[in-house]
Amino acid sequence: MKTLLAIGVALATFALGATAQAFCGFYVAKADSNLFNEASQVVLVRDDDRTVITMANDFEGDVEDFAMVIPVPTFIERGQINVADRALIEHLDAYTAPRLVEYFDPDPCAVYEKDRIMMMQSEMPAAADAEAARRGRAKSLGVTIEASYAVGEYDILILSAEESDGLITWLTENDYRIPRGAERVVGSYLRQDMRFFVAKVNLDRHETEGYSYLRPIQVAYESNKFMLPIRLGTLNAKGTQELYVYALTRSGRVETTNYRTVKLPSDVDVPEFVQGEFADFYRAMFERQTASNDNRAVFLEYAWDMAWCDPCAADPLSAEELRRLGVFWLNRQDERTRIAPSPAQDVFVTRLHVRYDSEHFPEDLVFQETGDRQNFQGRYVIRHPFEGPATCDISAYEEQVRERQDREAQQLANLTGWDIDDIRGKIRFAGGEPPVEEPWWKRLWD
Amino acid sequence: MVRVITTRLADPRYYQVAVLSSLLVYGVAALDFGVTWLSALVIVTTALATQWAAGRLVDLPRFDPLSALITSLSLTLLLRTDSLVIAGLAAVLAIGSKFVIRIDGKHVFNPANLAIVTLMLATDHAWLSSGQWGSATLLAFGFACAGFLVLTKARRAETTIAFLVTFAGLLFARAVWLGDPLAIPLHQLKSGALLLFAFFMISDPKTTPDHAFGRALYGTLVAVAGYGIQFVLYEPHGPITALVFLAPLVPVIDRFFTGCRYAWTKPQPERTRFDKGVVT
Repeated sequence: MKTLLAIGVALATFALGATAQAFCGFYVAKADSNLFNEASQVVLVRDDDRTVITMANDFEGDVEDFAMVIPVPTFIERGQINVADRALIEHLDAYTAPRLVEYFDPDPCAVYEKDRIMMMQSEMPAAADAEAARRGRAKSLGVTIEASYAVGEYDILILSAEESDGLITWLTENDYRIPRGAERVVGSYLRQDMRFFVAKVNLDRHETEGYSYLRPIQVAYESNKFMLPIRLGTLNAKGTQELYVYALTRSGRVETTNYRTVKLPSDVDVPEFVQGEFADFYRAMFERQTASNDNRAVFLEYAWDMAWCDPCAADPLSAEELRRLGVFWLNRQDERTRIAPSPAQDVFVTRLHVRYDSEHFPEDLVFQETGDRQNFQGRYVIRHPFEGPATCDISAYEEQVRERQDREAQQLANLTGWDIDDIRGKIRFAGGEPPVEEPWWKRLWD
Repeated sequence: MVRVITTRLADPRYYQVAVLSSLLVYGVAALDFGVTWLSALVIVTTALATQWAAGRLVDLPRFDPLSALITSLSLTLLLRTDSLVIAGLAAVLAIGSKFVIRIDGKHVFNPANLAIVTLMLATDHAWLSSGQWGSATLLAFGFACAGFLVLTKARRAETTIAFLVTFAGLLFARAVWLGDPLAIPLHQLKSGALLLFAFFMISDPKTTPDHAFGRALYGTLVAVAGYGIQFVLYEPHGPITALVFLAPLVPVIDRFFTGCRYAWTKPQPERTRFDKGVVT
């Protein structure tokens, strides 16, 4: 039973909460542990040329095996690095997640009854000598350790290098497991004047800090490059990788300039049973949409003014939470409001979801901020037929409902690619029977 | 009658209008690429109205809607905005610039180009969605562009060819220098927005140099500057931004290389540098 439960939760987490397994860099391990590098969550706060990036990870192996290597566009000082609370990203993820909404049909016999709307939150998961020797060896390989910092539970190095070979050798000698083919990619980043940000867990401090998990790393920097390096991530991936980008900006929606950004189908009525299979539904739909866009599209799942939401999958983030995520333009007086739109927050959130591999996404993701403040959300609707005792003849109502249910079945099949007969089999049609298809001539002479 | 048809076939603008309109219909209907019919309508009607009004002001012999239509289609295809005011303003800026900013009887800026870049730099409400065409549309683009070359018999295509060759060359050179797989420059070239720019914007014979060598030089310079903006300064939309900044070079190039002034429908363009020209 325990195992089953664990699997169930894992699926829900994967599909809806997008809890990360890794991030846009790649995991390198000191031991040959079986590391899984499949999904990533990145928060990008951006205004003008200032960026704050927060990279979440849900690393579940031995922390000793954890390491990350990501290219950064500039030199990073100690004050530019921080560790954040994982709950911040979980909250942002929950707030922006695709959602299922349910409506209940009113009593067809009553004159009127107010619609009742209920939001189903998509089940959110919701030593000096050694140092000198190390620098000496690095130098001989053409690698410069530009800085070394202790931040939270992490030991962080900022590396630059003349050649990728030297850097790869140095990393390998220092027990980083580097995936095959990394030389070329690393070399490309080095030639573009990028540094490498390398983080490992300091076991002593990890113990002292008392966290059972690894906290997200945040880096603030100033650079014209509004991009996310994904190329290293494709090297050790098993198949495709999953990436969620949550962009927090001032003027409007964020999109990719070198790949198509496509809105995920939304506001679709689906059969009632999807409520119990929302994770499967979302996964199947995403897979089908990805395929129908030739595996080359970035999907927009949410674009909204942070001041409110409707319906809310989770409360909007408070000003304090946003500041901790790096939204540097917020004043401390800002207070959140809910439901009623308010300009107070001055933050627009965009949630992008991309499934990528090196074949379909050969180039790093390049973003731009647009002036588009139109709200968009992945929203799926279920409508419950009236189930109370009938006080009048409801056969006409039932026929209507059956037609609606059949339409919903069709829509679900189109969205997910699921077999229409399987879908029909799971629907409790009003009156007990699925609608019988009329012969084409039935109403010909009416 | 036959003569009218021949003249129309000789005027590539009819073809341009047809291609751009088809792209627009496809983009709005199939790609959901962020343009509404309403903003398209605002741009087209404002552009035509501006052309008509300005034409009356400067006593143009006749109202020629074709160029204004092409400009408004280019604007609609490239410009993204959340405001109808900006859409209308773009049309006024574009068409107005043809009448106001003139040197030696030629307008200096490509109208749509000037309007887009000006509004993009000046406001938060205008942007370009260069990634939105996707690569699936590339084949259609390729045919449309090739068709354009065939139809114009590659007349005055030096700007387009020089631009594309130089830009592609720089992208491949960059990939080789970085040690990147060639899939990267290929991906960068497979851009509908880039082809739209190369075949329907920079190619505008009215705002490119008169002499063939001048045009090749101009195309090359735009490619180099566009590359610089995009891959050295890391600002988006390099080529389209570069075109605005380099347009003032055209009169200078014209001083050095004298050539035939282009006229849309005249089979034998007259050889002159300082004719008043018709504003088209």
